[in-house]
Amino acid sequence: MRDDLRGIWCIIEKDMKTYYSKPPAVSWGIVFPVTWVLAFYLRNPVDFEGLVPGLLAMTALFSTTAAEAVVINFELRLGSLERLLLAPISMMAILLGKILGGTVFGLFMSSAVAVICALFLNIHMDWASFFSILLPALLAFSAMGSLLCLMVREVFEAQTLLNLPRFVMVFLSGVIYPLEAMPRALQFVAHLLPLTYAVKGFRGASDPNQGAPIALQAMVLMAFFLLFLFPAAKLLSKKFE
Amino acid sequence: MATPTAIKASGLVKRYGDLVAVDSISFDVEKGESFGFLGPNGAGKTTTIRMLTGLSKPTAGKAELLGLDVGSNATRTKGFTGVVPEVSNLYDELTALENLLFMGKLYGVASTERHRRAEALLELFRLQEKRDRPFRTLSRGMKRALTIAAALIHNPKILFLDEPTVGLDVMAARSLRKVIKELHDQGMTIFLTTHYLEEADILCDHIAIIVKGRIVAIERPEKLKEMAIKEQAVEFTVSGDASTLVEPLAALTGFKPIIVNSSTLRCSGTTNRLLPHICRAVQDAGAEIVSVNTIRPTLEEAFVRITGLSPTVMATEKGGK
Ligand SMILES: Nc1ncnc2c1ncn2[C@@H]1O[C@H](COP(=O)(O)OP(=O)(O)O)[C@@H](O)[C@H]1O
Ligand SMILES: [Mg+2]
Repeated sequence: MRDDLRGIWCIIEKDMKTYYSKPPAVSWGIVFPVTWVLAFYLRNPVDFEGLVPGLLAMTALFSTTAAEAVVINFELRLGSLERLLLAPISMMAILLGKILGGTVFGLFMSSAVAVICALFLNIHMDWASFFSILLPALLAFSAMGSLLCLMVREVFEAQTLLNLPRFVMVFLSGVIYPLEAMPRALQFVAHLLPLTYAVKGFRGASDPNQGAPIALQAMVLMAFFLLFLFPAAKLLSKKFE
Repeated sequence: MATPTAIKASGLVKRYGDLVAVDSISFDVEKGESFGFLGPNGAGKTTTIRMLTGLSKPTAGKAELLGLDVGSNATRTKGFTGVVPEVSNLYDELTALENLLFMGKLYGVASTERHRRAEALLELFRLQEKRDRPFRTLSRGMKRALTIAAALIHNPKILFLDEPTVGLDVMAARSLRKVIKELHDQGMTIFLTTHYLEEADILCDHIAIIVKGRIVAIERPEKLKEMAIKEQAVEFTVSGDASTLVEPLAALTGFKPIIVNSSTLRCSGTTNRLLPHICRAVQDAGAEIVSVNTIRPTLEEAFVRITGLSPTVMATEKGGK
């Protein structure tokens, strides 16, 4: 157990040092969300506040998944993931190290975007609520990213595969169009997607009169985290049978 | 109780679908012994290492390290094994020193000890000058050296090396072999795979020859070399009829030469031993030597014959990587 904790920390630390400045992490994880924010802002500076929760959720989604593609697929391709598997730590610790690394990356990105929005826009963020949504959201997205990335080998393949859930969620989860304005069937689909709960949570955190209960959203996001974590662990151990 | 065997493989099998990559392999490696797996590409060497080190589950059979079953004690056995994989897969972005320190940390080596050992290993592998250079900027040989160093950072009891010198220039290969030999002399148990007999000969106490997933022989290297030498021959052509030389040569060398054609004979043995006899026999018969050809099978070719395997096995090797 202590070995596993040490292993998790080692992996996070090394991944931060090694990979977070890699082009795919930067482009998909940072440049992409920032471009969207700017695009939305330039189109509609007046109502921009309303879009902030969606943009925060999107930043969390893109940054974590982009990081997972890098920390997992670079190592799958070069065979260095095997190094970790040869060490006296459990498979789950390795996976958690990878997922938490993506989570830390996403934490920096999303917090930065949130702070910038809070400074320059008319938003009163309840930071406790913000983080109690952000953390489970990052975990869920990161675990989802790891699961998908483990299905392919190359980084670019992973980014392509990730774009499917990314864009489906961006369009269906209330980032751009409010959920309430969508047909009932699509609303139902939206509630099967983790991003929806993140958007709702951030909406609640930035405006107490809106959105659903924070604790509930956080719990649903944690459930998504576990839902992705176990198949990802299974997939990882399958790879090395 | 007797001290447990360092490595014990009992009926290890690995199947990938229809392909039997490793076919019921059993062997023992004693503590402090250096054991080599020699075989062509695709023989199942890497697959065996992966099962022994807990990276891959055997389809059947059991692997034990120091008396512990690898399947059920993987975390413990991984703690005292060092593994050098086939490819040098350290982290490109980290420097030589950072790579060693990371591996040390991963294996739970305490901070001061970790730094001390990392420096010592850089020195052992003559990489001090490269300590702050990223792994990606190192030469092939240096990468290989650092990969071996990284496998030693936690002072393992058993070291696994998968083709430690493949693809290296002669000098780099030689200096790595020297270090591996030193480790062995210091009492480390070593398991290595190679497809160079010369390497197995220098480094190993016992050599298992593995072909198509099966061990066909486990011998001491001297024994194997002896067998390989037996496969050598000298072929020579004389002016005129060679058949008159058969009897005198048989008397001189103790073996009857083979008649290749009317003017050419073949004697089995080394050039060293045979040439004086041949010269004498030819001179006595008043003939003249037109040409002499040493037939020295590559050691691989010798093994094909020694082990009674079909040459196609080796053909696949040549066609391979
Ligand atoms: N993961 C795998 N899936 C399917 N076949 C494999 C796998 N790994 C190895 N093999 C096959 O098993 C055989 C033995 O491979 P390997 O152990 O790598 O040989 P060696 O290391 O002796 O060159 C080869 O035929 C190889 O193609
Ligand atoms: Mg191999």
